[in-house]
Amino acid sequence: MSALLDLLTDVLARARTKGATEADAFVVEDQSFSAQVRMGRVDTVKHARDQHLALRVFVGRSAAAASTSDLSRESLGRLVDEAVTLARITAPDPLSGLADQSELARSVPDLGLDDPRGHDLEPEAKIDLARRCEQAALGYDPRITNSEGGDFGDGHARYAYATSHGFRGEYRSSSFSLSTSPLATHNGEMQRDGWYHITRKRASLDAPEAIGRVAAQRALRRLGGRRVKTAEVPVIFDPQMAASLIRHIAGAASGPSLYRGASFLLNRLGETIAAPSITIVDDGTLPGALGSRPFDGEGLPTRRTVVVDRGVLASYLLDSYSARKLGLASTHHAARDGSGVSVSTTNLHLASGDASPESLIRSVKNGLYVTELIGFGVNGVTGDYSRGAVGMWIDNGELAYPVEEITVAGNLLDMFRAVEGVGNDLVFRDRTAAPTLLIGRMVVAGD
Amino acid sequence: MLAHPERFFADRFGLSASVTERLLGGTLARRVDHADLYLEYRVSEELVLEEGAVKKASRHVSQGAGVRAQAGERTGYAHTDDLALPNLEEAVRQARAIADGAGESAVVPLTTLSRPHDLYTLAEPPLATDVHAKVDLLRKIDAAARAADPRVKQVIASLGSEDVVVLIAGPSGWTTGDVRPLTRLNVTVIAEEQGRREIGSYGGGGRTAFGFYLENERWRHFAAQAVRQAVLKLAAVDAPAGTMTVVLGPGWPGILLHEAVGHGLEGDFNRKGTSAFSGRIGQKVASEKVTVVDDGTIANRRGSLNVDDEGVPTRRNVLIENGILRGYMQDRLNARLTGQAPTGNGRRESYAHPPLPRMTNTFMLAGDDDPGDIIRSVDHGLYAVNFGGGQVDITSGKFVFSASEAYLIEGGRVTAPVKGATLIGNGPDALTRVSRVGNDLALDEGVGTCGKDGQSVPVGVGLPTIRIDGITVGGTQV
Repeated sequence: MSALLDLLTDVLARARTKGATEADAFVVEDQSFSAQVRMGRVDTVKHARDQHLALRVFVGRSAAAASTSDLSRESLGRLVDEAVTLARITAPDPLSGLADQSELARSVPDLGLDDPRGHDLEPEAKIDLARRCEQAALGYDPRITNSEGGDFGDGHARYAYATSHGFRGEYRSSSFSLSTSPLATHNGEMQRDGWYHITRKRASLDAPEAIGRVAAQRALRRLGGRRVKTAEVPVIFDPQMAASLIRHIAGAASGPSLYRGASFLLNRLGETIAAPSITIVDDGTLPGALGSRPFDGEGLPTRRTVVVDRGVLASYLLDSYSARKLGLASTHHAARDGSGVSVSTTNLHLASGDASPESLIRSVKNGLYVTELIGFGVNGVTGDYSRGAVGMWIDNGELAYPVEEITVAGNLLDMFRAVEGVGNDLVFRDRTAAPTLLIGRMVVAGD
Repeated sequence: MLAHPERFFADRFGLSASVTERLLGGTLARRVDHADLYLEYRVSEELVLEEGAVKKASRHVSQGAGVRAQAGERTGYAHTDDLALPNLEEAVRQARAIADGAGESAVVPLTTLSRPHDLYTLAEPPLATDVHAKVDLLRKIDAAARAADPRVKQVIASLGSEDVVVLIAGPSGWTTGDVRPLTRLNVTVIAEEQGRREIGSYGGGGRTAFGFYLENERWRHFAAQAVRQAVLKLAAVDAPAGTMTVVLGPGWPGILLHEAVGHGLEGDFNRKGTSAFSGRIGQKVASEKVTVVDDGTIANRRGSLNVDDEGVPTRRNVLIENGILRGYMQDRLNARLTGQAPTGNGRRESYAHPPLPRMTNTFMLAGDDDPGDIIRSVDHGLYAVNFGGGQVDITSGKFVFSASEAYLIEGGRVTAPVKGATLIGNGPDALTRVSRVGNDLALDEGVGTCGKDGQSVPVGVGLPTIRIDGITVGGTQV
């Protein structure tokens, strides 16, 4: 058994001694490095070493949590005392408690989340990746005149989790990221955009030059951005922006939003909530993927969950507690933080359709192609949606000119029902991914 | 917690002045333009009530050190959450490594720090207040919210309290510390009527004692406002879409300033020339009725600090004066590189983050207009009094902020409530359209959190009632 699991075992035993009837705890250790190069010169280099341990205790049916970054024996003693003391003031909840013992993961599969050798790179070599990435953007076009920098980052973490009812699991994970944000300038106008890649294996990172080139293209295509007249038109979301839309669906499908009555998907299990072309899947078992994990935050094995099946809401995303509240079974989506258990997705994605993105654009006579969304105008209770947008105007099936300082608005349920096309261009660049998505009608507000 | 940061870190971790001096004062200082050591010890507590009972309670301790070395534009930063001396020495070594390759540049002579403010010394910090009193308050809020309207189906009330001790040490041995209490109470309500559900949220707090919530039953006001918002939205009509005159109410709508001009006036973006406001000091960027300040020195406010996270005393900085851009907000690095003085705006989320130029409490000074007259002056428009979050692209200047409580103005009168909608504008342009400024400046209740480069810090905003002639409202009613 590892030192981390030994530490957890010790903390759990102490919690029992102090009066906890059940408990669980996790510990995470993380080492990270990041380098930013700006205009070819080193700007900031960061080294970090983090650790913290979080404990949750139950005294009868009352729960409390405590966490600390000080793993000394004395500090962990205080942690246990504080958690148990707090649990004596919280109200008992008959549905509280650890996950169902019979469902605990029996083994910890190796999902290929770790790349120990990937981190064996001298700081200078890492800085050089950031430099090459930025340089590729700066050198792409004379109108690329400035930059927010090129960034390389890597992190190596160990995570261990144990419960008083017998679960013990541990895994390591790596992450590597490379990005750059160039500025394009023309006739006094400035536009910034960027591009990035995040992976679990360093060798899988896109070439810095490829990332820099795309970043430059994205910044350049925003030059000359104008406003458009307020209108109700078809709207195409590029893959990154379509991914943001399915994140909102996942948020509304998550247990805590549901049992609080704070979700537009409440009581809709089994109902048609989207066009038949929409299938949304969350799969925590994909080897080497950014959102994969061998077990969830309560020790249950991760799995593949179809959230929306050809337009029908097929499953919620639940941890043990929200599942009990709703009279359902956990879908193994528990996520842990120092305060307790919540729900998170793993690798959430919208299944590919069969239309090429080009054909989707060609099918629109007059409409909007969205490449960036800003702001927080999403109401998870009603599904009402209103966000600032940047993109290209589509005129007779062509991307005609850039647009900005406009909003797109609708209601998420109406929007997903009005889907008229799903692209065939699904690529996992992030934990959440989607292909290009065409929504038949939304209100674009401008002049 | 101890009131003396120097003594606290010396007693608890053995980090005496001579140790910090040795860490920074020797080899490090001679080779770099600036170096500092930031020690932090933070204890926080959160209680959450839902379904009528406090079922979640948690307490967190975090401690650590951040070491920074700067040479020219280069910054080396290392942090560790283990305060043992060998770990700190390793962090210093790592931070310094980046500065080693730097060319010749003079060490900035450090002047004596002026006497820091005393903005939030409390007889009993909120973290120290007995947890039973807090639980009782949350229960009373639940009862008050449910009693306020039968349509209330769910009440979620949370109370967070923290105490942070920081000690900042500079290369020549100066140190300055701060003890920072902070508390925030939030009430969220879900109301339901005929199958339609809506959410309302309200709260407040500051660097203040638990008693703040009890003064004039402030907690009851928070609960009532959350209920009022949720119930009001049940009857809201679709928001209009398009460009129109917008009147913003006093207080929290000051988030407009934070997004439209605040971020764009942060020193890092302006040194790099990436802000829509870069190089525009002395130019007209707003109507002459507009004066905007960032003031970190207001007692007990959420955005206030005695000293910033680089040991610089906070102050009141005039950003825009009668429409003219006067200055940027600076941390030490960007001030040094642009030949300006630091303005007390160097802030960081924690020891794990290097400082950045950030806002404190940002607000517009009051004007002369009667708020009622301002509304009566609008024939057709939107009156927005509460907002959710906002965001800005500092390079293009485009910003958004989302109204959570808004009404139509028809014929000079406030009429139907409308659904939430995002407002979008252009920073350098939006404030030039301010045609009326009310005499009713109010600061927000103390709920703001600002995110930048992945770092969150508590901030405040404020605004009098203002009229903006033309901003785009992102509704659905064409």
